[in-house]
Amino acid sequence: MILEVDGLEIHYDTRAGGAREVVRAVDGASFAVPEGRIVGLVGESGCGKTTAVRAIMGVLAENGRQAGGRVVFKGEALDEAATRKLRWRDIAYVPQSAMSSLDPVYTVGAQLVEVLTKRGNESGRAARARAAELFDLVGLSESRLADYPHQFSGGMRQRAAIAMALALKPSLLLADEPVTALDVIVQRQILDMLRDLQQRLKLSMVLVTHDISVVAYLCDDVVVMYAGQVIESGPVREVLARPRHPYTMGLRNAFPDLMSDALELVPISGSPPDLSDPPPGCRFAPRCPFALSACMTGSAMVARGSDRTHLSACLRDDEADLLRKAALDPATWLRSSNFATS
Amino acid sequence: MAALVELRDVVKHFPVGRSLGEIVRGKHPAVRALDGVSFDVGSGDAVAVVGESGCGKTTLGRLMLKLVEPTAGSIAFDGTALAGLAGESLRGFRRQAQLVFQNPFDALNPRFTIYRAVAEPLLNAGIDKSEHMDRVASAFRRVHLPDLDRYLDKYPHQLSGGQLQRVVLARALVLAPRFLVADEPVSMLDVSVRAGILALMREIRDAMGLSAIYISHDLALVRYLCERTLVMYLGRIVEDGPTREIVRRPLHPYTRALVAAVPVPDADQLRQPLPIKGNVPDAREPPSGCSFRDRCPYAMPRCSAETPQLRPAAGGHHVACHLD
Repeated sequence: MILEVDGLEIHYDTRAGGAREVVRAVDGASFAVPEGRIVGLVGESGCGKTTAVRAIMGVLAENGRQAGGRVVFKGEALDEAATRKLRWRDIAYVPQSAMSSLDPVYTVGAQLVEVLTKRGNESGRAARARAAELFDLVGLSESRLADYPHQFSGGMRQRAAIAMALALKPSLLLADEPVTALDVIVQRQILDMLRDLQQRLKLSMVLVTHDISVVAYLCDDVVVMYAGQVIESGPVREVLARPRHPYTMGLRNAFPDLMSDALELVPISGSPPDLSDPPPGCRFAPRCPFALSACMTGSAMVARGSDRTHLSACLRDDEADLLRKAALDPATWLRSSNFATS
Repeated sequence: MAALVELRDVVKHFPVGRSLGEIVRGKHPAVRALDGVSFDVGSGDAVAVVGESGCGKTTLGRLMLKLVEPTAGSIAFDGTALAGLAGESLRGFRRQAQLVFQNPFDALNPRFTIYRAVAEPLLNAGIDKSEHMDRVASAFRRVHLPDLDRYLDKYPHQLSGGQLQRVVLARALVLAPRFLVADEPVSMLDVSVRAGILALMREIRDAMGLSAIYISHDLALVRYLCERTLVMYLGRIVEDGPTREIVRRPLHPYTRALVAAVPVPDADQLRQPLPIKGNVPDAREPPSGCSFRDRCPYAMPRCSAETPQLRPAAGGHHVACHLD
């Protein structure tokens, strides 16, 4: 394992109408990234996926803090000093809006050279040579180094942002929604490039996304988050074909599929809980059509599984095969709609 | 049945900033957002318009609502040309044709209560205040927000994305329109909520007999909404047909690339290389003839000489391509 996240807890201090509140954005999340694999961290807005990677990278917002758990990189538990040493050199990050955060008044090449000289302490000359090399790596022509960001298309800007993250030859790349704002054809080109880079550079990767189709196309493993916790994880093929947690089953039903014959998408009614005051027990239970009264009490389940690769945090995991069959019937999901309106 | 909306050879050019050279040479460069678009929307029909950013789909929606005027060509609503509407006839059209905004988080004034936001179109249309509450209540029932009292005094930030999108829909429906243009109506919503809004939009359309245009970049989504799809590329319709046909048997090489690029939630999918080259060209200077030809794997000499027109093809498609 190149990266292990173990019981990670990230809290944000906020003020809601004057009262101090603690939002448990990540609340005991555990997952691992095997060397040389692409892991998809998937979930809906507010599930904690972006906070989790920002915590790994050591770039949390000012009101965020690690309240528990640990991050282990190549066998070493990271503290603040260790994270600072590894940042960009060993672990690099493409933030969600990287492609729109290029500075409009400098050429893209100048910004890439600056990354190399400031973060990497390279000489100007070496940095310029390396910048050309990096552009080539991400499929941009060297001549475009002299262009300004507005002369780049969205796809080209995303390639440049990835080149910047790869500047100091990291072994782990964290990419947050790298294809979300892009058109499908450009999206496919960037996904193909990421796979190609992973193989050529022997990278390990964490891809944060809300899109299970992107996970299906690119990732080897998937970690599904809900309300700050990991509810299911395992090899992509396994998890998408045979989901074991009802939330993953629901997500599969709600997700558009161009090639299926189904004429309707099935929503999951209700909305995720307020993370300043999460309910006891399983956080998905209030929306889950299979919830028992036992699901609504006690502490949340930690993902577990008999084969140790495909894990699920569901009290009824033993009945997963039965539940999956029932989950395919849209009528199943109408039942929970009595509790809440989305 | 007569069409509710008819577009004939609609062209829309937006002038852009000129370079010094262009000023000297007396040139007036323009982005050709729409370059000759014709189609009909039948009464009660739902038509999807799909394409990538810059293809002209949003401009098309704005033209159909008379929010911008075409450079050339004509648009008619219920047999009357939009160009001639003014005063009372324009107000009449505005009551019948409504826009559903893309981003529910931006679409509502944050300082208006939900009631005021939904009732505002009634006020603008000059409808008597005594009728407002009843009409708002009926619009709320249509979008399945039955417990009115829970929402009316709230402000937008107090509602979830799914609730907000229902409110935005209620606002569009409060005047009982006949025609809706929805521009990316669910692209900002989470997956689990989105499915519910899509089902709701279909239900409303059927119940009210609405005609609707759904503008989207996402072919996988419109499949659940529209029986018919138009595919646009650089200001032109390149293919028009039953949605299922377009997805299963795309004819235009661009549609084929688009369908092949859409990711599906299946890890065992075939991973074929994309049948397309390069990037979308500059809309100020599209290639001569077929504007897709420089990216097309099948381009032939005829494609640069002659602009292909939409023609009937197999399976109820219309396709603008010289290939047989």
